[in-house]
Amino acid sequence: MTDYLTAYARSLGIVVAGQEGGMPPLLALEFRHDLEGRPGAWHGGAIAGLLETAGYAALRSALVEAGRAPLLKPINVTVQYLSTGRTRTSFARGRIVRLGRRNANLSVEAWQDDPNRPIASAVMNVLMIDD
Amino acid sequence: MNSFGGQFDATQLSRWILTRAHPGWLGLAYRDHGPDWCELELPWRPDLIGDEAQPVLASGPIISLLDMAAGMAIWVANGEFKPVATLDLRVDYLRPSRAHSSVIGRVTCYRRTRSAAFVRGSAHDGDPSDPVAEMTGVFMTLDPARMVAA
Repeated sequence: MTDYLTAYARSLGIVVAGQEGGMPPLLALEFRHDLEGRPGAWHGGAIAGLLETAGYAALRSALVEAGRAPLLKPINVTVQYLSTGRTRTSFARGRIVRLGRRNANLSVEAWQDDPNRPIASAVMNVLMIDD
Repeated sequence: MNSFGGQFDATQLSRWILTRAHPGWLGLAYRDHGPDWCELELPWRPDLIGDEAQPVLASGPIISLLDMAAGMAIWVANGEFKPVATLDLRVDYLRPSRAHSSVIGRVTCYRRTRSAAFVRGSAHDGDPSDPVAEMTGVFMTLDPARMVAA
């Protein structure tokens, strides 16, 4: 299986929770004090880290399917915080909105109990440099 | 943490805020602050890299750095230590930081309303005129009385 996780993502504690037929990888991150911001809530930066990692995992997965292995460079990310991340596991999955030759546009959502009630979402632009 | 409330003294409170929870895990360090801005440093660490091939900090910890500097900029601008929540955060990655380089983030709170605070800032790895990232964001100030226990 493709390694979707960077040293940072592993260090944060992110795991690949599954990849059902054709779907982008589902990532999970169990809550712990190291991820806390104000007491009882996830830190916005930790949520952003989970969202970005899920975005890259979705992109890498699609690129592997397409037989491509480009270098990925972040262009930007916009994160929307929709509700407080409570002190339990968060999940995230990315979706490719547009996969071009040089640029990819990704949409990512994170949730806790119900995928239909996201706690945060992100839009990412990624530059792809083929060898 | 039961000590929200009261005056916000960045030099004093950063000793405590930055040693616990996510900022503590990242090792964020206080550098400086002004009337409406705060500057923090994210030390380089091998387990925070974003690409096995390059000893360069990942983008995630840089977002955390800027998010935290933003929160502290709002606290110094308000002069008051009230809980805040990030509503919207945009980061443009202008270039990778240099190998084995720490990253410094400075964020200014340029506008405050009753419940929202608008921030902008940038991150660099030694030369503020050659930033690695630019950010803008909006935070909401929370009423501690209405905060739901986790």
